[in-house]
Amino acid sequence: MSTPTLEKPPAVPEEIQSFTVTLSVRRFVPETDEEPHWENYDVQMYATDRILDALHKIKWEQDGSLSFRRSCAHGICGSDAMRINGRNRLACKTLIKDLDITKPVTVEAIKGLPLEKDLIVDMEPFYASYREVQPFLVANSKPKDGKERIQTVAERERFDDTTKCILCAACTSSCPIFWTDGQYFGPAAIVNAHRFIFDSRDENAAVRLDILNDKEGVWRCRTTFNCTEACPRGIQVTQAIAEVKQAIMRGKP
Amino acid sequence: MTSALAAPRSPYARAPRKNGVNWEKWGWLYMRVSGIVLVVLIFGHLFVNLMVGEGVSALNFAFVSGKLANPFWQWWDVAMLWLALIHGGNGMRTLVNDYATTRVARGILKSAILAAVVILIVLGTLVVFTFDACPAGQPADLLPTFCQAL
Repeated sequence: MSTPTLEKPPAVPEEIQSFTVTLSVRRFVPETDEEPHWENYDVQMYATDRILDALHKIKWEQDGSLSFRRSCAHGICGSDAMRINGRNRLACKTLIKDLDITKPVTVEAIKGLPLEKDLIVDMEPFYASYREVQPFLVANSKPKDGKERIQTVAERERFDDTTKCILCAACTSSCPIFWTDGQYFGPAAIVNAHRFIFDSRDENAAVRLDILNDKEGVWRCRTTFNCTEACPRGIQVTQAIAEVKQAIMRGKP
Repeated sequence: MTSALAAPRSPYARAPRKNGVNWEKWGWLYMRVSGIVLVVLIFGHLFVNLMVGEGVSALNFAFVSGKLANPFWQWWDVAMLWLALIHGGNGMRTLVNDYATTRVARGILKSAILAAVVILIVLGTLVVFTFDACPAGQPADLLPTFCQAL
């Protein structure tokens, strides 16, 4: 028995075209810089690469001091929300082929939250307003058969859209009200309140509605739809806020 | 054993609302309701003034005085005046809340808006209900010609 061998050498793979993309990154080092400044980097990229790959190339091959957050790199962890060409997106979901590369692609930190370094902002104010809406199931009664809280498909469908939130802050940091008034809860907190307010198993809807029925709550929303456009998960954020407004008017979900 | 730690997930404390009435909520509802009513009032107003009968060419002092002598149009115009001014004033107030950053600037701008709204409402209401095209005891050459028919 002879070892099977390849009869033909494999065809030479076709050269995949690559492009030189200029990234204009808003850099800020708190120890040395007074003000943030823009710096340009040229990177060789394929059309199917993402902005996150470009940032990696810069950090690994050109300038190791560039700082940004990323974790899973697949649009689930929500760490790498940034302002790319003036729009809030996840760097790991923004493909080179979807951008105009004849001009430099601008990359900067999300707005409205304190800038810490380069593309990293202090997320604490964002998480603080998230915590305030009690984003956890509150159910003090015993379930009917003593085992589990049964929910119909329709009841689950009611809040399905808002369960998709990954807390990347793309919506909240695209909101013009949040830019000028950091006291506003912001779209993300309201989306996560919506997720529990409309959950049939939850018993604390009234408390959450009362928290959001506030000067800095849902009434601050001006329905500019920036949040819906920014959401990388496609959540209808403005609609969720409007549903919470209606629930407050009704006094129940 | 007692623990110094707070119970997990104890509710996050935010200062409760001080006054009982939630003005933001009622302001929001007012904008929706007055907006719908204003659509009817304003387009009705435009239709009657500009399109019915002779249309825009019928508009003159006599036409307006005739309308303001009719209680139906008096109340129509007063409703339009109040709803529109409060609607506009509340809209301006929310803009100031959104974009004026200091307490002092917010206070000045909001008082200016309030003053404008109150003055215009008082003056407008006064005019609508006290307007008299032919005041008694005035020389005839100062009065419009249709007053001689009275």
